[in-house]
Parts: sequence; structure tokens; C-alpha cells
Amino acid sequence: MLNLDATSDRLLAEVADLHKVPVGAFNIRANGKAVARNSSANIDIIPKENGSGIDIKIKPGTKNESVHIPVVMTASGIKEIVYNDFYIGEDCDVVIVAGCGIDNCGPKDSEHDGIHRFFVGKGSKVKYVEKHYGSGEGTGKRILNPGTEVYMEEDSYMEMEMTQIKGVDDTVRDTKAELGKGARLVVHERLMTHGDQKAVSNYRVDLNGEGCSADVVSRSVAKDDSYQKFDAVLNGNTACSGHTECDAIIMDNGRILAVPGLEANNVDAALVHEAAIGKIAGEQLIKLMTLGLTEAEAEEQIINGFLK
Amino acid sequence: MLELQHVSFEVNEDGQEKGILHDINLVIPDGNLTVITGPNGGGKSTLAKIIAGILTPTAGKILFNGEDITEMSITDRAKKGIGFAFQQPVRFKGLQVFDLIRLATGSKLSSVDACKYLSEVGLCAREYINREVNASLSGGELKRIEIATVLAKGSQLSVFDEPEAGIDLWSFQNLIKVFESMRKKIKDSSILIISHQERILNIADEVVVISDGNLVAHGPKDEILPSLEGTMSAVKRCGKGLTEEGGEE
Repeated sequence: MLNLDATSDRLLAEVADLHKVPVGAFNIRANGKAVARNSSANIDIIPKENGSGIDIKIKPGTKNESVHIPVVMTASGIKEIVYNDFYIGEDCDVVIVAGCGIDNCGPKDSEHDGIHRFFVGKGSKVKYVEKHYGSGEGTGKRILNPGTEVYMEEDSYMEMEMTQIKGVDDTVRDTKAELGKGARLVVHERLMTHGDQKAVSNYRVDLNGEGCSADVVSRSVAKDDSYQKFDAVLNGNTACSGHTECDAIIMDNGRILAVPGLEANNVDAALVHEAAIGKIAGEQLIKLMTLGLTEAEAEEQIINGFLK
Repeated sequence: MLELQHVSFEVNEDGQEKGILHDINLVIPDGNLTVITGPNGGGKSTLAKIIAGILTPTAGKILFNGEDITEMSITDRAKKGIGFAFQQPVRFKGLQVFDLIRLATGSKLSSVDACKYLSEVGLCAREYINREVNASLSGGELKRIEIATVLAKGSQLSVFDEPEAGIDLWSFQNLIKVFESMRKKIKDSSILIISHQERILNIADEVVVISDGNLVAHGPKDEILPSLEGTMSAVKRCGKGLTEEGGEE
């Protein structure tokens, strides 16, 4: 078992479903330092020489293996930028679990900016799961600014599940992707903001290789006085298909700005954008109330289902 | 037992009061399947919504097992034992069929138990239990899921607002079987169906006719049905269709 405090254990469970030391390759970072690391036969985790992060090298042909790289912060006032680069060889099928939990009980802001770059080899399949979570009663903010870059070679497939449900005060999420021939990128973003939180999510996807496709779907809920911006740009530079969708529920004084951006630079590029923002439909509440739920319980069930 | 005493409902349209229901008096006894029928726009769906608590009557009282529930919320009525199936079932992004059935039973439920309710409404449970209750489901599928949620809730009084609306003939044949089976298991509970369909009227114990907001007939099916066939309901519906916009109130 890792010798971490109870708060760190709880954060690890929240962001990476980790209740014990994971199987396979992992790197666990707590309060600015790596506290546990393990490479496997096919997956090497190597610290960068300048100490700014890690390189994760996955051998060609690696199948059904996983890498966990969670980060937890429990000390108030830490600010860090970490660069993690993933080199995924050809013909792999792997799951990468990242995520960051911040518990801030102090007066100073805590910030973790994780910059992840993925180089996905030809024909490889990657599932990336990232959860962000904040807790703690301190007045210091919990700030997460993830930067993600994805470079996809021919016929590769990447599925990204990115979730931020609770407790993160300020987020600017920048995601960029470049797709080669026949590559496919699928993004599912789930976001909930409350209090006076702010969350900005920017996507820029360049569809460069013939026959590639991208599907970027965001579902979000803005409660209380929180604010969200979803800005998704797809550039269709060849015969390709792309779809972005922002589906959002606003409650209380929550505000959401959805900015569609489609640029077709080739006559065979087929790009679609959908956006819908609104409060919970009254008839949905009524239906659940006829099943015996109170209005508040109905609201909770609808939101839980929406963000599932 | 449900009792409506002098129930009226008015709406304000362009500054003028318009009566939708006028002084309705009706008793729905336990162990009984009652069908309310009548022309479109006559006030039937409004009455169903008043019973479920979605609308509040502008005059009159509603008693359920002797208790005055006129001012009671939808939630409290549901907890007291009133179930309601929507004419147009609601879609939910994200919520799955299993979630709805679990919420309806109000208890922790295994997916095997949840599947039983789907099988009862003629859906292949395995195919549907994990589906989202969203626009990917057809009208007939949604309708059957809606009915399954009301079955799962197991109410003392279950109200169905035009279960036949929006479904194809094939689904309708199955729907009749569902109601026939419910009729057999009725015991101390009661069922109230708003319907135009003769085959649904045929399985009723009692039939109520509501027209232009008035209760114009109420009695055992064998007494009321012969007077309806080929006359009032059908003829008025045709007449209304020519003069008014379609659609139920």
C-alpha cells in the first residue's frame, strides 16, 4: 500500500478509482513529487531529465494493458506545471487513466496544470480517462488547467473521457488534435460547475488525413452563479467528417456560452455542429414526481443521468 | 377509492375565463376498470391531469380513500398511491430505462426484476433495459416503457392518458393484452384509462363520457357502450375535426 494520508487516498479513489496500488504501469504524484512509480514489460515510465514530467513509452503491439498516472494535492498553495508525453507504438490497444484531485483546506490557491501530449502510432487504439475533482473548505482556489495535444497516425483510434464534476474553481482546458489518414477521435466531456466556478473548454481539431473523423461531445451543467464556455473548432482539410455537440443544462444563475466553429477547407469535408442550452424540462420533473420523487430528488436524478 | 366532487377547471384566455370542465362528480371504486371517453377537446386529459395533481381544479374537491387531496402535490399523491402514464411520454437524455423503473419501484432493484416489467409490456427486456430513454426510441417503445414504469410503481389507482395515442396498430394489439392482463390482477386497486378505442372500452367495467367539459354519461359498460356506437363519440369527433384544430387538450 502507498503511505499516503486519508485525504490523498480519498482523492485517488475519486479521480482514478484507485483503492490500492494499481496493476501494471503507474506513476502517482502527490504534492509535487512522484511517490510511486512502476514500469511494466511493455510500458516504460521515464522521468524527464529536467524534472518537468515523465515520458511514457508504450511498445508496439502492446495490448490490453493500462497506465495510471493520477495526481493528488492536499497541501495549500502548491502551483505546478507537469509535462507528460505518451509515445504509443503501432498496433497497440491500451487504457490510460489520468486525473487530478485537489483538496485545499488553506487560504492559498492550489494549481495543477498537466500538459499531456499523445503520439498515437499507426493502427493503435487508446482509451484515455481523465477525472478532475476538488474538495476542501479553505478559501484558496482549486485550479486545474489541463492542456492536451493528440497526434494521430494512420488508422489510429482515440477515445477520450474527460470528467470534472465537483469542486474545481477555475479551469481552462485546451485540447488540440491532428488526425492522419483514417484516424478517428471520439471525445466525451462531462462538466458540472457550481458556486462561482468558471470553466472554459477549447477544442481545436485538425482533420488532415483522408477519411479521418472526429466526434466531440460535451454535456454540462452550470449551477448557482457559475460560468462555462465551450469553444469547439473543427478544421476539415480533406475528405473527412466531423461532429461537435454541446448539450447543456443551466440552473439558478448559471451561464453558458457555446461557440461553434467549423471550417471546411475541402469540398469533401462534412462537418456538423449541434448546441442546445436550456433548463431542465418541466415535464421531466413532473414525470419523476408522478413516480413519487420530490422536485429536488427529480432534479438530482435528471442531472446524474445527464452527466453519466 | 377516488371521488371527484363538483370539480371545475377554468383557464384565462385573452382576458376571458374559459371553462374546460364543469362541475364534474365522479366516483372510481376499487377493483374497477373505468374508461373515460368522449370527443377530442372535451376535457378528458385535463381531468386526468387534475387527478394526478399536475393541474389544480379551480373549484371542487378531490378525495382519495376519503382524504381531501385537492391541494396535495404531485409527489404526495404519487406516494399516497396514484400513478399516471403520460399521453406523450417524456424523453430523458442520459437516464436509462432501468433508472426509470428503479425510481418507479422506489427501491433497490435488480435488473432481473426490472426486466419483468418490460416483459409484461411486450418488450424484449435485455434489449431495452440499458437503453437511454431518449429520441432513439420509437413512439410505441416509449409508450410501453411509460406503461412499464406505472406497472412498476404499483399504484392503488393507475391513470393512463390515451395509451393508444401515437402508436402503430401492431403495438396497439399488444397494448390491449397488457391492459387485459392488468384487469385480471386488479384486486383492490383500480385503473382509469382515457381512450377513444373501442377495444379498450370493451374491457371496461364502467364507462364515463365527457363532452364539452361536462360529464354526460356514466354507467356499466353494457349500458353505455351501445348508446355510443356509431353515434356520439364517432360522430362528434368527425364534426369537431372539421371545425377545430386537431389534437387533444
